[in-house]
Amino acid sequence: MSGEVQAAAVLGGLAESEQTESGRRPTGPVRPRRVGLGSWLLPAYTVIAFVFLLIPIAYTFVFSFNDSVKSNIAWRGFTFDKWLNVCNVEGGAVCEAFANSVIIGVVSTIIATTLGTMIAIALVRYRFRARSVISLLLFLPMATPEVVLGAGLAAQFLAVGVPKDMTTIILAHTMFCISFVVVTVKARVSSLDPALEEAGRDLYGSPAQVFWRVTFPLLTPGIVAAALLSFALSFDDFIITNFNSGSVSTFPKYVYISASRGIPAEANVIASAVFLFALVLVIGAQVSRAARVKRLAKLG
Amino acid sequence: MAFAAFATAEAQPQAPRKTSRIALLLLLPGILYLVLFFLTPLISLLLTSLQAPLEFGDIGQYQYAFNWQNYVDVMTAYWPHILRSFGYALAATVFALAFSYPLAYFIGVKARRWPLLQSLMLVLVIAPFFISFLLRTLAWKQILSDESFVITSLKALSLLGPDAHFTGTPFAVIFGLTYNFIPFMTLPLYTALERLDLRYLEAGSDLYAHPFTVFRKITIPLSMPGIVAGTLLTFIPAAGDYVNASRDFLGGPDTQMMGNVIEANFLVLLNYPAAAALSIILMAAILVLVGIYVKRSGTEDLL
Amino acid sequence: MAVREFAERGADLELVGIQKRFPGFTAIQDLDLKIPAGSFFALLGPSGCGKTTTLRLVAGLEEPTQGRILIGGKDVTATRSHERPVNTVFQSYALFPHMSIIENVAFGLKRRRIGDPLVKAHEALKLVELDHLAQRRPQQLSGGQQQRVALARAIVNRPALLLLDEPLGALDLKLRRQMQLELKTIQEEVGLTFLHVTHDQEEAMTMADTVAVMNKGAIEQMGAPEELYDLPKTAFVANFLGQSNLFAGEVAGATDTAITVDVGTARLIVPKARAHRHNGAVTVGVRPEKVSLHTERPVDSAERNVVGPGRVLDVSFSGVSTQYMVDVPGHGTILVFAQNTGSGPSVGVGDEVYTSWLVEHGFGLDDGAVEAQRFAPDDSTTSIAAQRRDDLVAELEEG
Repeated sequence: MSGEVQAAAVLGGLAESEQTESGRRPTGPVRPRRVGLGSWLLPAYTVIAFVFLLIPIAYTFVFSFNDSVKSNIAWRGFTFDKWLNVCNVEGGAVCEAFANSVIIGVVSTIIATTLGTMIAIALVRYRFRARSVISLLLFLPMATPEVVLGAGLAAQFLAVGVPKDMTTIILAHTMFCISFVVVTVKARVSSLDPALEEAGRDLYGSPAQVFWRVTFPLLTPGIVAAALLSFALSFDDFIITNFNSGSVSTFPKYVYISASRGIPAEANVIASAVFLFALVLVIGAQVSRAARVKRLAKLG
Repeated sequence: MAFAAFATAEAQPQAPRKTSRIALLLLLPGILYLVLFFLTPLISLLLTSLQAPLEFGDIGQYQYAFNWQNYVDVMTAYWPHILRSFGYALAATVFALAFSYPLAYFIGVKARRWPLLQSLMLVLVIAPFFISFLLRTLAWKQILSDESFVITSLKALSLLGPDAHFTGTPFAVIFGLTYNFIPFMTLPLYTALERLDLRYLEAGSDLYAHPFTVFRKITIPLSMPGIVAGTLLTFIPAAGDYVNASRDFLGGPDTQMMGNVIEANFLVLLNYPAAAALSIILMAAILVLVGIYVKRSGTEDLL
Repeated sequence: MAVREFAERGADLELVGIQKRFPGFTAIQDLDLKIPAGSFFALLGPSGCGKTTTLRLVAGLEEPTQGRILIGGKDVTATRSHERPVNTVFQSYALFPHMSIIENVAFGLKRRRIGDPLVKAHEALKLVELDHLAQRRPQQLSGGQQQRVALARAIVNRPALLLLDEPLGALDLKLRRQMQLELKTIQEEVGLTFLHVTHDQEEAMTMADTVAVMNKGAIEQMGAPEELYDLPKTAFVANFLGQSNLFAGEVAGATDTAITVDVGTARLIVPKARAHRHNGAVTVGVRPEKVSLHTERPVDSAERNVVGPGRVLDVSFSGVSTQYMVDVPGHGTILVFAQNTGSGPSVGVGDEVYTSWLVEHGFGLDDGAVEAQRFAPDDSTTSIAAQRRDDLVAELEEG
């Protein structure tokens, strides 16, 4: 595509804003087009849609400052107390559940990311006969409702006579995370130029050296993305956990159980803190990437 | 995100190079894991669904049998729940599609000129994921409870009848399902629309197609992979969900879905065969529906 | 409303005072252009000169900031793309990937509700000799075949005006020459008005009746290809359309028919009829193939300009001709193309030579004294480097 087509296509939609920008009235003919609903309807809709998506988040955040006594339903005044003394309620049950969720998330993410990355590399780089069967086996967990996954595992643990505890939760979470890891890492592996590995071998690298010095560093962004996704899925999972947790509490399970008698504001504090942490992390990554692109564009 | 992966599954691997023992070593642990913790559980689910109560046994004690009567029993007892599950999931999928398409179009097509804005809007789309799914749903319950500002105002304005409720109604459950699965719909739609080559739209317009016709004949068909992936990613979890329909969240006694009865049978009534039979029915129905849907929409290569 | 009838024949196109500004730059400044009905008109220029923007304005894909567009005398400035009796063969072809070839070709006819769209689409495919592939998908066709389908999809609508946006750019050289001839034949057959945008001067000259050379959003010169080549008006045209040896100097004297220009040590004569300026600082030039080499100083005469002596810097052989670069002190490098007919002198690198050309072959530009610099071709290292950087940035933004 020649440069001007690209520039024109990119700038095409700016035609109307450019007139106001230059402060000059067009002396050309009056153009009735693109002045209709279309020009502002979609942006306006987008704003409303985002407001809608963020309402419950804002609500949860605001009510983390509620000076509530037990249930956190009516607004009773502003306080920082809940943020400062998160673990003081109900003998620290919220914090214990949160800690469990983090441990489960970290452990199952490590296992799922390792196993999933290995599968992804094998799927892209090697030829073998059972490929379609394996692809199906990887696709099915993503297409199965969580309640079926949870009940299935619980039925198996019951049949084998395994007591439900933290281990069974980790086993369950690892299972449903693997497929997502494979999909994410696979995209990265297939976008990798095989010539890079060939160059590594050409420059006297042994297979192991080529893997650890060329392939792995290039795959890192994909692996990190997969691990973050895996952690997020595990951390927020309730349905599968509920079937396989026995008496162990996780954060979502704690919320579910206390829903009937009222959720303490401390739960809102933890959810809000996690939200803010994740948001800062993701936005920071996006902004720094945009800055890098801009810097590169300025070079030369 | 991986949800987009359904839409990008066509990323062709470069010609795989060789068969090797390394491939086996790489595959074996993960595949073995999935066989042990995904495949065999499905089989034990199937076996459980055919179990019969232990003679002189306690509640929750069963033995292996070929008691297909279990399926007849759950179908008779729970057919409204089964219908409700698929009805609610279908409604939520349609609403989520209607909600997400314009949003994804704006992010993926209109915002292309501003890459930073585009990625920030994507962050906003997935932002609900960063806060607990259950808390989000509870927030809606409280925002739209009978005593809430929204509902009382609507009643004061006579837009709602004095006895009207929101929570506990089928509408509330569908609303919750829609809200919770919107990101699953928006992301694959975005991936498809972001790759939409606008020159096809220009060509359509050059060939005398009205903007509406361009949308119908070119934009929609070209974004079909995203539509299929998004509807699947919304429909499947929505059909199996039991949080939104739960009485403590947005549901009521008359809104229970299959997930709720599976949970109740398994964890409360300890009627494992019934729960297992319902799970098998749910899974089979979804596989059949998905199969038909993917065939009809002509996007088999997605899987 | 969409145009419901076929155009009987091509219509003429008129652009009046067109200006197109994008935030930060002006793509087109004050363009006036009239293309007569039934002609094959080429808009030639380097990338970024505004030629594609002009085409998009005519197609209705962009709106002009100022000015009017008339097709067949009717003002279409305010109409949208789908309401204009204009079709485009896109550079990328833009064949709809989700439709078969025949559906692609019939698309426009169906939108206009013209009877028997499939019959007419098959006829158009027969014209481009691809009817046997009607049921295929665009992805299953080769680049040349896709190009022909794109052409069929446009001409099947019998537009008053057919726009061609570098339609041959993606094809290899041999196929390109073949398609050039085919396009020309089809244009003569269907009698439509063709507006062809290209950066390939050879393509423009072989195909078009009239060529307009565009630079920096304005038309530098317009005319028949031979005219433009023979008598370029500006240094840009002289070097974009073929190559030229240019000399900046001062008019020293004039007769009734010619001017004399002092350039360094030499005195060059240019016929008045071939010079756009007759006094002051001027730039004169001559095409390299009109220059001959001599090992001894040729006799000065009123019919011949002589520049030299100089030294041969480089000789490159290209089959039918040989290209010499001669460094003449005070004049820079003079380029000479000699036909390998066996009659010229045989010189090598380092030899001392004289250059000369017939007075009637020289030309005088409309520009004043310009730096006698050759136009940087697209394959120069700087433009390649710039392109690589743009690609990299685009890739990063995507990833």
